[in-house]
Amino acid sequence: MKQLRSSVKIAFRALAMNKLRSALTMLGIVIGVASVIATVAVGSGATERIQEQIASIGSNLIVVLPGSLTTGGLRMGTGFAVTLSESDAREIPLQCPAVAYAAPVIRGGAQVVAGNNNWATIIYGVTPDYLAMRDLSVAQGEEFSTSDVDGANKVALLGKTVVDNLFGAANPVGQPIRIKNVPFTVVGVLTPKGQSSTGQDQDDLILLPISTAKRKVIGFNPANADAVNMILIQARSAGQIAAAQEEITALLRQRHHLQRAELDDFSIRNMQEIFAAQEASSRIMAFMLAAVASVSLVVGGIGIMNIMLISVRERTREIGLRQAVGAKTRDILTQFLVEAATLSIAGGMVGIVLGVAASVAISQIAGWRTVVGPGAVLLAVFFSALVGIGFGYYPARKAAYLDPIEALRYE
Amino acid sequence: MPPLIDVRNLTKTYSLGEVTVRALQGVTLTIERGSFVAVMGPSGSGKSTFMNLVGCLDRPTSGRYFLDGVAVESLDRDRLADIRNRKIGFIFQTFNLLPRMTALENVELPLLYKSGETPNAAALARRALVSVGLSGRERSLPSQLSGGQQQRVAIARALINQPEILLADEPTGQLDSRTGNEILEIFVRLNRESGITIVLVTHSDEIAAYAERIIGFRDGRVVSDTPVKLAALRIGPAGIGAAAEAEARP
Ligand SMILES: Nc1ncnc2c1ncn2[C@@H]1O[C@H](COP(=O)(O)OP(=O)(O)OP(=O)(O)O)[C@@H](O)[C@H]1O
Ligand SMILES: [Mg+2]
Repeated sequence: MKQLRSSVKIAFRALAMNKLRSALTMLGIVIGVASVIATVAVGSGATERIQEQIASIGSNLIVVLPGSLTTGGLRMGTGFAVTLSESDAREIPLQCPAVAYAAPVIRGGAQVVAGNNNWATIIYGVTPDYLAMRDLSVAQGEEFSTSDVDGANKVALLGKTVVDNLFGAANPVGQPIRIKNVPFTVVGVLTPKGQSSTGQDQDDLILLPISTAKRKVIGFNPANADAVNMILIQARSAGQIAAAQEEITALLRQRHHLQRAELDDFSIRNMQEIFAAQEASSRIMAFMLAAVASVSLVVGGIGIMNIMLISVRERTREIGLRQAVGAKTRDILTQFLVEAATLSIAGGMVGIVLGVAASVAISQIAGWRTVVGPGAVLLAVFFSALVGIGFGYYPARKAAYLDPIEALRYE
Repeated sequence: MPPLIDVRNLTKTYSLGEVTVRALQGVTLTIERGSFVAVMGPSGSGKSTFMNLVGCLDRPTSGRYFLDGVAVESLDRDRLADIRNRKIGFIFQTFNLLPRMTALENVELPLLYKSGETPNAAALARRALVSVGLSGRERSLPSQLSGGQQQRVAIARALINQPEILLADEPTGQLDSRTGNEILEIFVRLNRESGITIVLVTHSDEIAAYAERIIGFRDGRVVSDTPVKLAALRIGPAGIGAAAEAEARP
């Protein structure tokens, strides 16, 4: 105990003697710990966000896309085939008792002009049900209605990013815009949703009545004038998702005249699966980032080893003298291990502060959510101590096993 | 009671590649408790090698060494470290103080490695400094002390664990003769008052005269071993007084 206390004192004194050198050595650990903290923070932020989306969207959404998944799981043109139709979407809620709503969606890119400004964005042709199911609301103006869909009225709902680029700070509601040269009236602005967990801007879009989008903007698909890119379905409850999926599959196979041996010409997935997959991939991503960051921790450890080797060399006479007055192998070993651990733990502390600061900066600048948990901080402290002791061991051992005579005689 | 130091046929051979240096070639001698011995001899005759073996800093190539009846030549590093800590005090020509520590901390150093807690270590160390005539300089760094003062700190450090033997290899080699004599007077006093055994290497007859026995080395062998009896050989004010006292002893 007295050895440990004095070792800490000796370590601080030795490190204070070479302030610049100690600081530079610590820098490696500082950077390592800071980057581990920051990447873990970004990773857990993404995961937490996905979990929140799952909770907020409700887990009873189902997506049907045209095209099939092969048995091997290889995607065969999902979303691009023309096998799903608006009439499928109409029939699903009527025929499937477990389904509450079904909303057909068509999609396409378009250039949009307002006054002197223009902007390329994605156009979604939808029905009012879509907004309710996606939990989209209108911040200014109002939604379009079923009668706008029936009448194929030229009305548009704009995402925040589109408004920013076309109108700046001006109020766009009631203003004319041209989408692919077709004049539309802006009836509303969607409440911003920010970035998705995968980093997409969820506000860079325009919603049009599906009928208008098909006739005036996106165009008919020559293979099937009734084709849609997606059908979004809401089951009556989370418990009825499986039933709904079965009913939909049976109905669509029947409507598409598929034989028993034929594969589905559509794919059906529920949001739970999709989010689970996203969550898994974001976890893997976070893990890989943290792994890369920990490489720099190892590099920092090598820096410590290097400096400790130099320090042992420089203090050879001191070691010899300590041995002459009775220091045992363990005493010298402890002294140098404590010194290495002091370096790395101090570096770890600074690294934690910087890592937390970096996480805050990332969430401010990039708009990503970051979460710094106590677990990550503890882990960082633990690892930096481990690195110090691990990489300090070899130099410390070298010091401890010096021959006292040779050490005393060392110049 | 066995002699404090009992070496038998001690040899030490260094091999430097093809050349082998036989620094000690069979040294046999005993040193009794409480004696004050000077070791002399030309440069390279093996004096320091002998001192390192006696001090348990090094191990002989062959031969036996009984320290206080214990065969120490076969003990492991940590056992030897413990013996150095408890039984032996070293004083070096170059003082070997730790430069970043105060005088007091330097003196306390052996206590750090002593097994068991030492209450009021600082008070002990302060007393040791006073006993070598260095009060009031506890907080000085070695660089702020003169050579003689540094050697006094080193002596205080050697004494802190109350060892039985003080080994001094040319302790006055870097000091002027007046300071050297002052240091020697401390040794004489310690030997007299505390009965501590002192083995001292020196090139100076004047210094050797403080001892009661002079062992002569040449080419790794003991070539002479003479008791110092004549008061006339004891030079210096303390020396003469000490010699007179010695005469008075039975
Ligand atoms: N570590 C070593 N490696 C090789 N040879 C050594 C070593 N230490 C001492 N020697 C040799 O052993 C012999 C005795 O050396 P030692 O240091 O004991 O002499 P000394 O009597 O103390 O001399 P001095 O009066 O100059 O201090 C010398 O020839 C020296 O070169
Ligand atoms: Mg010598």
